[in-house]
Amino acid sequence: MALQRLSGWGRTAWTVADLFHTNDVHEMQRIIDGSGPRGVIARGLGRSYGAAAQNAGGNVIEITAEGDPNGVDAFLDSATGVLDVASSVSLDSILRMSVPRGWFVPVTPGTRFITVGGAIASDVHGKNHHFDGSFGQHVSSITLLLASGEILEMSPQSHPEWFWATVGGMGLTGIVLRAKVRMLPIESSRVRVETERLVNFDAVCEAMSSDGADNDYRYSVCWIDLLATGSSMGRGVLTRGEHASVADVKDDDVLAYDPRLKVPAPGWVPNGVLNKWSIKAFNEVWYRKAPANRHVSIESIPQFFHPLDGVHQWNRLYGKQGFIQYQFIVPLDRIDVLRTVIETFSSAGVASFLAVLKRMGPQNLAPMSFPTEGWTLTLDMAAGIKGLPELLAKVDNMVLDAGGRHYLAKDSHVSPTAVRRGYPRLDEWMQTRDSMDPYGLWRSDLARRLGLVSAQHTRENE
Amino acid sequence: MKNGVGVAQNIVLFGGTSDIGHAILRRIIKPGVARVALVSRDLDAAATFASEMEDSFPDVEIHHVRYDAADASSMAHVVTEIVSEIGDIDVAVIAQGLLNEGADYYNDPTALIPLAEVNFTSTMVLLYALAQQMKLQGYGKTVLLSSVAGERVRKGNPAYGATKAGIDGFALALDHELVGTGASILVVRPGFVTTKMTTGMKKAPFSTDAESVAKVVESGIASGKKIVWAPGLLRWMFLILKNVPLPIWRKLPL
Repeated sequence: MALQRLSGWGRTAWTVADLFHTNDVHEMQRIIDGSGPRGVIARGLGRSYGAAAQNAGGNVIEITAEGDPNGVDAFLDSATGVLDVASSVSLDSILRMSVPRGWFVPVTPGTRFITVGGAIASDVHGKNHHFDGSFGQHVSSITLLLASGEILEMSPQSHPEWFWATVGGMGLTGIVLRAKVRMLPIESSRVRVETERLVNFDAVCEAMSSDGADNDYRYSVCWIDLLATGSSMGRGVLTRGEHASVADVKDDDVLAYDPRLKVPAPGWVPNGVLNKWSIKAFNEVWYRKAPANRHVSIESIPQFFHPLDGVHQWNRLYGKQGFIQYQFIVPLDRIDVLRTVIETFSSAGVASFLAVLKRMGPQNLAPMSFPTEGWTLTLDMAAGIKGLPELLAKVDNMVLDAGGRHYLAKDSHVSPTAVRRGYPRLDEWMQTRDSMDPYGLWRSDLARRLGLVSAQHTRENE
Repeated sequence: MKNGVGVAQNIVLFGGTSDIGHAILRRIIKPGVARVALVSRDLDAAATFASEMEDSFPDVEIHHVRYDAADASSMAHVVTEIVSEIGDIDVAVIAQGLLNEGADYYNDPTALIPLAEVNFTSTMVLLYALAQQMKLQGYGKTVLLSSVAGERVRKGNPAYGATKAGIDGFALALDHELVGTGASILVVRPGFVTTKMTTGMKKAPFSTDAESVAKVVESGIASGKKIVWAPGLLRWMFLILKNVPLPIWRKLPL
């Protein structure tokens, strides 16, 4: 145990906690028992952007399997495709083991450096949400360490309420120890990708609409140039893909998988390197690089799914000030709000290096799971931009007024009122949460800001 | 704690009627602030500012806490009371202070006692009490209003300068002790500030106003600085003035 300064992937809002690193459940039980009123939270690879996996003044248990001398604690049943895996294992480790055997993870976000525990707690989604839903829908069992120290194996059938409270529950229901995940069979380790350039926002929304061809593709996402103005406003590059068949791949080893990292980000970057002008130049190149007409290519898994993982610690590119990632969703018929939001950021001169639009499929059973049927837009921006708190508050209200919500795994700033408006089942979830943790032991900075844990810490007073 | 865009949730002002304190709060209260506590001796005097805040920031809860800055022994208790009222203290602004301009200490040396108590003793107790609370929270920023008068104490109001010199040095050393805990202190060294505290006094060179002080405090909090000056030029001036030989220093028309 040692006092340690922690932040999320966005490198903002640093706080100090007692940090423990362990995969041993007895050790975890001891730490939970010794937790005071500031509580305890689990942390994986620290890829959530905001304050979800830190706990100012309390305890943080870092549970990762990187460099575990016992190897990767994951067993893949080749007959059924069910993966029995420790929560500490990363999607990266899983893919290295499973892809050569012909299996892919059912859902992957834009990075493979997340743990299974984190994937469940944030109920992560990927480019296939409209097709396959989010991570939690592919989990058949969760083994959870409760605040009481008990270990409980839950399935959606055996403990529906607790299971779905844990999916998307931001680690506030307990520590996920293991999970069973249904994997996706693949013929090859390549992806057949169709890329096309779309001249403006109307063209983007039409190409991705729910009554069009978009439903025929398993993976679909559109990069948007937020700095394009006038008739090009909202222009984008749409990429859609399918796992390639054996016939598509001109290679002897169709399941070869080599995700080695390419370039490290420089160790120190001054604030302001990513600015309106540098991003504008990048956007122009990126847009022009994409073929004007639809183009088919065969890409590797890292190329298609995890392009940013190619730059080690790319989050340092924003310098010491850090950055935030703003991700929200609005219902399908509220394209007008997307447009207003883009215009609001763009007229405030906020440049976003990475702006991504995706149409999401139906919501799952988890009360706190982010995806609902609609459009989700993700933007990143430097945290130190002048006037950002006021600007975000304005945009938050546009999103909430349209019946939308914000993604807690990325959240940096929303108010307790905003999360209550966005997640109408919050009270129901909090009741379930309190029943799983009556003494309010699970705490995080995110939970403290949003008031997600109502139970008072009363254990000492008994 | 503060959120990802640098906004603190809970803010406390000690010296709830201070003009500089008000100017700082006007700058750092933004969307994302949940609670503000105004700690003052005279609740009515703080009420005007409170109603201005309530109008400008309807989402922010304003709390009032009564205290006596001259009662050093009550400071730790005041911090406990604030915590029970609003929860964590993310940013504390200490703007309590007495100037006692024109006091005749020769005929009434006991008038030095409340000055030393408010500016030094009680502020020191408060800084420790806040440091302890912020260590437990794993996060917290205390903003201490010091003064350039403490940089090199001189005639005119040596008692004021000496208390500021003392508390300034104390706060910097305490901040050093707090490294790694998440708690930290920002020392603010304004020059002559035109406020109600200095009404009627002859303006010193390089005078400034409360709004300018608030501006450097805001950027000092954001960048994690240890000391800020207002105006910034004073930093370089005092680099020289501190080292001017005593006979010359005494002759300077400051």
